[in-house]
Amino acid sequence: MKKLLYLWLPATGALLIYGFMQAWYIAPTEATMGNIQRIFYYHFAIANLMFLFFFLSFIASIGYLAVRRSNPLRAQSFDAFALANAEVGVVYCACVLIQGPLWARPVWGIWWTWDERLTSTLILFLIYVAYLMVRRFAVAGQTQTLAAVIAIFGFLDVPIVYFSIRWWRTQHPSPVIGGGPNTGLDPRIWVAVWWNLAAWLGWGLMLMAFRYYSIRREQRREQEQALAALEATLDIRGEESKR
Amino acid sequence: MTALRQLAAHLRKDLLLEFRSRDAIIGMLFFALLVVVIFSLAFDPTMAQSRAISGGILWVALLFAAVIALNQAWARETRHNVLDSLRMSPASPALLFLAKALVNFLFVTVLELILAPLFIVFYNLHTLGESWKLLLILPLGTWALVTNGTFFAALSLRTRNRELILLLVLFPLSIPALLGAVLATTAVFTGQDSPDLWIKLLVVFDVIFTTAGLLLFDVVLSAE
Repeated sequence: MKKLLYLWLPATGALLIYGFMQAWYIAPTEATMGNIQRIFYYHFAIANLMFLFFFLSFIASIGYLAVRRSNPLRAQSFDAFALANAEVGVVYCACVLIQGPLWARPVWGIWWTWDERLTSTLILFLIYVAYLMVRRFAVAGQTQTLAAVIAIFGFLDVPIVYFSIRWWRTQHPSPVIGGGPNTGLDPRIWVAVWWNLAAWLGWGLMLMAFRYYSIRREQRREQEQALAALEATLDIRGEESKR
Repeated sequence: MTALRQLAAHLRKDLLLEFRSRDAIIGMLFFALLVVVIFSLAFDPTMAQSRAISGGILWVALLFAAVIALNQAWARETRHNVLDSLRMSPASPALLFLAKALVNFLFVTVLELILAPLFIVFYNLHTLGESWKLLLILPLGTWALVTNGTFFAALSLRTRNRELILLLVLFPLSIPALLGAVLATTAVFTGQDSPDLWIKLLVVFDVIFTTAGLLLFDVVLSAE
């Protein structure tokens, strides 16, 4: 499994380079926005994959709660998977929030607007940072259960956030007219979109897998320490009983 | 039937505690009053403006005040290990959660009843929309804050830095409910839009998170 991961690294690198070439040299220049529109290939890919990682984290959290009593060892790997996905999701979300203003400034003339997508992405970011904060502050031994509960609440909130912000903004339309990419797309644009999506998916999965293994290692070390502590107390008890 | 009796027992205990100490209500009331006064000094609103902003100020004041009650709600159960004995009792944990949420709901409602006249005086309010809809918006919005707040207060008991964690988790998750409540209230005050869509949003939010809270409370209560 780990060897596969090291093969995955150059493959993802190659994909990223190919996606970059597609986006920068082969896809046609957009009529109104010019070259700045090319950030779209990254923005679109990363924004969509962010939801995938949060979704995987949600599923793994449910899995953790479902088997935490019946199969504690399996539950540990679910928890590691949930955490790894949430972390990659937060990183991707942060990338989206940084790319957005970079693109918006030259095109819309402003860094930020309280538009439906921008606002709901920001709230999503806040929710998952809260998830990571709880993991940091929770009392040892209860972290995983509490975090799984928050992940479920957070993901339930995602559609409500999205629709509420959307209604809010349809009631008060924002003055900004985004140069949407959905008008008369050149097929070469689609090629670049798909390659970049694949490349960033590969990259995110790889980050997630590395993080998953490192969390698993931490978990095993903690288990060994706990076991060693337990055995140490047993030794003391044994010596006491001998006396 | 036993469920109702258990719920009544939980409710009676919490109400008795609050009736004897009055910690939560007095703390919340004074704090909310301070928030309202400070906001009106900070914004110095005229009548037309105050209609547009007072929905927001009302809900921010209620949110902050509710957090005070929520922080005390479970903390008082940790003294003398009451929470552990509640955990051991055969009564359903979901009922414990429901009773706690109902009591907090009652406290915040009392706060609203006292705060409302003051608010109208300070901000020179008279509503231009259908004011009876506030009777829907206020309970729905309050329940949205209180059900999530009660749940996360119980969760944050098990963290270092309990009071901070409650805020960090409750605020981002409640944003849609807060947005709905603020926009609905503002719509009633100004009479320009219909608040119906936001009332529906609040209903959906309440149903989803009350269900999630009832189902998952057991997990939080016995987390270890």
